[in-house]
Amino acid sequence: MMKCFKLAGLAGFLLPFAQVAQAEPLIWGFQAEQFEYRSMDGEDALVWDFDALAGSDEMKFVWRSEAELGLTSDDFEKLENQLRLQFPVSTFFDAVVGAYAGTPDGAPDRYAGVVGIKGLAPQWFEIDADLFVSDHPFFRFEAEYEALLTNRLILTPSIEVDLPLKDDLARDRGAGGAVVEIGARLSYDVIDRAFSPYIGVNYEASFGDTKDILRANGEDTDAFAIVIGTRLMF
Amino acid sequence: MRLFQGKQRALSDTALSSSKHLATGLSRRQFGLTAAAALAMPAVLRAHESPKITSKGTYDVTVDRVRIDTGNFRKMGVGYNKSQHPTTLRFKEGEEVTINVTNNLRESTSIHWHGLILPFQQDGVPGISFNGIAPGDTFTYRFPIQQAGTYWFHSHSGFQEPDGAYGAIVIEPRDGERVRADRDYVVQLADKHPHPGSRIMRNLKMMPDYYNRSQRTLQTLIEDSRQDSLQAALKDRGMWGRMRMMPTDIEDVQGFTALINGRSTSQNWTGLFRPGEKVRLRIINSSAMTYFDMRIPGLKMTVVQADGNDVKPVTVDELRVAVAETYDVIVQPRENKVYSIIAESMGRTALVRGTLSPKEGYAGAVPPLRPKPLLTIADMSGMMGGMDMGDNVMQSAGGMQNMTGMDHSNMGAASAPTPQAMDPSAMQGADHSDMEPSAQPAMKDMDNSQMSGSSTPGMNGMDRSGMAMSNGDDPFYAPGSGLTPKAYNGGKFLSYTDLRAARPLYRNRTPSRTIELRLTGNMERYIWSINDVKFDDADPIVLNYGERVRIRFINETMMAHPMHLHGMWSIVDTGQGARNPIKHTVSVQPGVTSDIEVEVDAPGQWAFHCHLSYHADGGMFRKVVVKGRPA
Repeated sequence: MMKCFKLAGLAGFLLPFAQVAQAEPLIWGFQAEQFEYRSMDGEDALVWDFDALAGSDEMKFVWRSEAELGLTSDDFEKLENQLRLQFPVSTFFDAVVGAYAGTPDGAPDRYAGVVGIKGLAPQWFEIDADLFVSDHPFFRFEAEYEALLTNRLILTPSIEVDLPLKDDLARDRGAGGAVVEIGARLSYDVIDRAFSPYIGVNYEASFGDTKDILRANGEDTDAFAIVIGTRLMF
Repeated sequence: MRLFQGKQRALSDTALSSSKHLATGLSRRQFGLTAAAALAMPAVLRAHESPKITSKGTYDVTVDRVRIDTGNFRKMGVGYNKSQHPTTLRFKEGEEVTINVTNNLRESTSIHWHGLILPFQQDGVPGISFNGIAPGDTFTYRFPIQQAGTYWFHSHSGFQEPDGAYGAIVIEPRDGERVRADRDYVVQLADKHPHPGSRIMRNLKMMPDYYNRSQRTLQTLIEDSRQDSLQAALKDRGMWGRMRMMPTDIEDVQGFTALINGRSTSQNWTGLFRPGEKVRLRIINSSAMTYFDMRIPGLKMTVVQADGNDVKPVTVDELRVAVAETYDVIVQPRENKVYSIIAESMGRTALVRGTLSPKEGYAGAVPPLRPKPLLTIADMSGMMGGMDMGDNVMQSAGGMQNMTGMDHSNMGAASAPTPQAMDPSAMQGADHSDMEPSAQPAMKDMDNSQMSGSSTPGMNGMDRSGMAMSNGDDPFYAPGSGLTPKAYNGGKFLSYTDLRAARPLYRNRTPSRTIELRLTGNMERYIWSINDVKFDDADPIVLNYGERVRIRFINETMMAHPMHLHGMWSIVDTGQGARNPIKHTVSVQPGVTSDIEVEVDAPGQWAFHCHLSYHADGGMFRKVVVKGRPA
């Protein structure tokens, strides 16, 4: 878990910028879209995807963490932390700049600069589109939609596409070979919007060169999971 | 003219006798003659009268952390005089009051005397009137009571008001009440939420629909598909979705318990009467965010006062009380039975029942909530440009200016009827998906045609209430608005056009200039602003002492905003010239343009803001500086 804190130095660098506009009360919060147990064919995993934020209308400082922890091996299949500055560029969209650290177990660490946008597209699609700039650049697109079955029972389909822009063989990525993750989670708001347990499904598949590399290495090119977890917000 | 240098007079008998009416919440009333006279105060000139001090009174108010129990939930909050039940302060016109406010909180506090005309240092807005009251301190307010009527007071610090820091003010006219009533009750409404205000604001910033549990769902989609067709229902949702707007966005903060005088439906506030008696109800909406529609099934209500100023009596079946407004009504229950006082929120998410009863221990019936309204395209007409069509915000504003420019040229001076709203029927015809900037001229034409239709010279001085009756629409709502109220029994619902000042305070004269204030915001970010600028980034509005200005509110948001100017009256232009009602809080409905006129007769600096707590905090707030002073 210490890896989560590897970016502490970066935080120290970025924080002063986040505090530029502090005449108004601080806006802060924590939002976990995913905090779940994934039951898969191979190894079950604990997965999280959260944003912790603080700032103002004009500028927010966000710590975004995404991880997949194998529960038998105790290895992080995936561990990503980002420190992001988010500031409005239009009515519904923020621009993002920041730093990325991908530090899973059993693969080389990757660090990158992040530029992107985050916001709300027409018809209520929540969008994240980020370019990760380094020797191993990649592009990531995330979209999520909350379908209200009732005012508390909510079905959330989501899609995440990782698109390597260069080969990164050490991490089984081939240029242009996308890794696509789609999911659907059915949640119920138990306590306000703070605690919303869900069940759902998640499917991850590789394409193109990435798929070929994985296949050549004898690894799975896709994975299906039943998930159980909770959304958190406070 | 130094108001506070008058001689210390003996108390009049009337002031003494009125003390027996003091509410229980008031801890102590002394008639001590304090050193008020020594305090230097700026001179204040009222155009209508100079206050004569006929008595003096001292009042003590403590600000405390209190346990609040609504019957539905318990929480810690703020209260006056250690109670969740609002304190009522009873003054007499002509009295010089000394109010000692002791802050028992661990944070700074303040009290603003909402609607009272007083020197600005006594107005109680930290950062504008004074520095606030530090924990443990007692601050002494001193000012002459120059008016009569129903008002209220509340903290102007942080979120103490939504947390419970509010009370009522009842001022008896110098010569006694002008409307005879056998009983006199304060009916103070509030929307008590289980969350503290600071948390509500943070949640709204994180997720603007955090508290909206009235959103359209799969279920309503199915219902609408049955009613119209699936295609029509999807098209409608597509239209709202393109704009990223919600037709259910009427009450930002739901999930509260509505209270009358600090009591929920189960706690049943009760006012007693004997059949045949006239009962005066002083309705005050002290909610943080919620407009309430008031009715007493089985009784007509005669409105005799609005925002503390008498109006020509008008009898209605139901009335809407915007946040911070007050209305005094007279009811005369003739039967020996129990009546329900119902305050139902505008978004129909909550109601509270109080009781008028011949005996203690009875409770009136509780009706079910009426169907929830939905906003319509008309309510969005003010934000035509705001539909994420790039820079159309500016274009829209330009269109507005053209419109108002026309208004000037055609209507000339004082009695241009307002509000004006765009014609939504024509707008509904337009396909919004294709609405390009090029569509704007067409829109303007449409406005112009509508305007010219109604802005003939003969329009001047026309009675808008007659107009309202002729087509059944309230001109203070956009035509076709989803918020236009209808009385529960199909009867009369009060409109601003029904309010006619009983005694105008000022000579009716032409304003020297018009100040346009566009009420703006970004719902998705929960930022609220005026002319697209938040309070923090805004320059003060400068007024000149002695002038009369017209302030034009152009509501470019989808929400209603109760705009409150401190220190000076807001004379609402309802098209009735000298009889235009005199208010302190003016509700501007979505997509509507409303004008007020202000006689600038109060030197100093004042607050001017939307009275929805989280809109004010979100930036829909201005400082007003009055330059100059009486010669």
